[in-house]
Amino acid sequence: MKAIDGVNLNVESRSFVVLLGPSGCGKTTTLRCIAGLEVPTDGKIYFDDRDVTGLSPSERNVGMVFQFYALYPHMSVLENITFPLRACRVPPKTIEEKVKEVVQIFQLKDLLKYKASILPPGDQQRVALARAVVRDPGVLLLDEPLSALDEKFREEMRSELGKLQKRLGITTIYVTHDQREAMALGDVIVVMRDGLILQVGSPQELYEHPNSIFVGNFLGTPGMNFVECRYEKGSLVLKGTSYRLKLERQDLIAHLVPYEGREVIMGIRPEYVHVDGKLKDGGLSLEVVAIEPAGRYRLIDFLIGEKVFRVRTDWELSLVPGRRVGLQMREDRLCIFDKESGRAVVS
Amino acid sequence: MADNDKKPGASPALVHSEEVLERFTKASDRVTMGRKTYGLSDRAFMFFFLLPSLFILLFLVGYPFITLIRSGFYNFSVLRAATPAKFIGVGNFTFILTDPFTWERFIFTGKFVILNVLVQFLLGVGIAYLLQKNFKGRSVVLTLILMPMMLCPIVVGLFWKYMFNTEWGIVNYILSIFGIGKVEWLARESISVYSVIIVDTWMWTPFMILLALAAFTAIPKYLYEAAEIDRASSWFKFRHITLPLSAPVLIIAVLFRMIDSIKAFDLIYTLTGGGPGSATQTLSFDLYKRAFQYFYTGEASAYGVILLLVIMSLSLIFIRYLNRLAAQNVRR
Repeated sequence: MKAIDGVNLNVESRSFVVLLGPSGCGKTTTLRCIAGLEVPTDGKIYFDDRDVTGLSPSERNVGMVFQFYALYPHMSVLENITFPLRACRVPPKTIEEKVKEVVQIFQLKDLLKYKASILPPGDQQRVALARAVVRDPGVLLLDEPLSALDEKFREEMRSELGKLQKRLGITTIYVTHDQREAMALGDVIVVMRDGLILQVGSPQELYEHPNSIFVGNFLGTPGMNFVECRYEKGSLVLKGTSYRLKLERQDLIAHLVPYEGREVIMGIRPEYVHVDGKLKDGGLSLEVVAIEPAGRYRLIDFLIGEKVFRVRTDWELSLVPGRRVGLQMREDRLCIFDKESGRAVVS
Repeated sequence: MADNDKKPGASPALVHSEEVLERFTKASDRVTMGRKTYGLSDRAFMFFFLLPSLFILLFLVGYPFITLIRSGFYNFSVLRAATPAKFIGVGNFTFILTDPFTWERFIFTGKFVILNVLVQFLLGVGIAYLLQKNFKGRSVVLTLILMPMMLCPIVVGLFWKYMFNTEWGIVNYILSIFGIGKVEWLARESISVYSVIIVDTWMWTPFMILLALAAFTAIPKYLYEAAEIDRASSWFKFRHITLPLSAPVLIIAVLFRMIDSIKAFDLIYTLTGGGPGSATQTLSFDLYKRAFQYFYTGEASAYGVILLLVIMSLSLIFIRYLNRLAAQNVRR
């Protein structure tokens, strides 16, 4: 049973790469292989042009922040931070300088004398980061560092981390299962599942052009809507309704030629569906099933066939459950997926 | 209402009178006691279960202990139990504490204990360190290592006595194969101490290994991973992670071995009989002599009290240190 299989990845210097995926997808294993804590059965790992596959973690010059920080509990914050420097017998003067830098960046001045184990999680995390960064590692590895924090704090730290990485310019690899974190922090997101890489790209690319149903569903809150359709001569017939969506986009039609008369899955994000009080002839009209307030917007649930279809809209229209409204989908944001494989036909 | 007011069978038979019940039950219990209940309340039950243990504690520990302290102040011998003992106040104590022989024993015991515990500590920690990693046959090795500790001390002393025999002991035989001459393990004063230490170490190092191994295993693996990434060498990891985090358990183990070494008797009795001469007489052994060879019961009692105080004060130092370590772990 393979934890990861055929992972081929190029990470650009100074970039922030996020390994994203559900639990057990192999992202942490990949990270640990990069760190040197796990040895891949076969394959190679290169830092710049150096083959590090056989090297132990201490020879790779990486810094790592573990999910539960792994601070040395019996040592003070200062001792924790200086540990990597003392372990390499760095001269005391240099240690002082580096510590000053790091204390300034992470604002640890008041915490230095406290024992690491008694600090609250937020502070512990800053210390863990400081320790990882203090000796200027070539790569910074983070394993779900924010998962132990509560929501509000997590948001704060998210932006802090992003700014920090830009400032320090260290190549960073970040593991998480939280797609919002990934979208907010990553220059490049690597979506993984069951030990395989599904898609690699910038947050925008992945969001607007997912290459599979899984990626389309995984990113975005709420996720993409998927509707079963049949393609018939330039139109999509939504299953469970009588609505025919006539396609204008030439590239869509071109890609759908092989699917003539067959079923496909159409994907559209909730925010790209427009709700209209007036019902158009030949347009899609559905009955409101549920309304969920979400700050500035509302999430409206409809039913297409047996499945829930979610739309995000503002507060202009007065809606109650049971009211029939017209829906228009933005064709330029439409994605079509193969029903069997789940891969994108066009997106 | 007195018990004798009740005629048998005349009313629902309460086993105890109201007064007895009052003493043993709380108000809440009494609510349920109003019904027909036979037997005792929970509290009373608990009390009666504890009774045997309390008796044992009182008569087998408490009473002898008090007698011991009392005897220390008397010029008394069990051999002449008929003649009334003379109260001599602190006479026994002053005699013991001013006797140069006692101080010789004291110094000897100190050297013995320190060396013994040190060797066992270093060996125990070292072997435990090596046994941390899982390897093929580890469980077999562990079982074998623990065996010496399981043996009866008298048996251990006796067979090591044979093994150490200068003329036909197996130890000297093996040495002769390597061209080393006969060593008078138990017959020479200067060497006999080390022979006792060797046997004690052989028997009790497993104890150290066990505790050290337990302490080492309790340290989370991810700390070592973090240290590995921080480029720490094996020694650095041991010195800064393993040792500090296992310190409380190691201190307890050292304390145990120290107390045991001060009390060391069975091995010395079987190995050397305190000899040659008085070369291997620890304080315990000296106590045995005074109590059961010379039967100076009063003097020996005082000796016992002094010994107890010494052990207690040493233990207190360790326990204080342990408490200090624990206090540092309190959350902010």
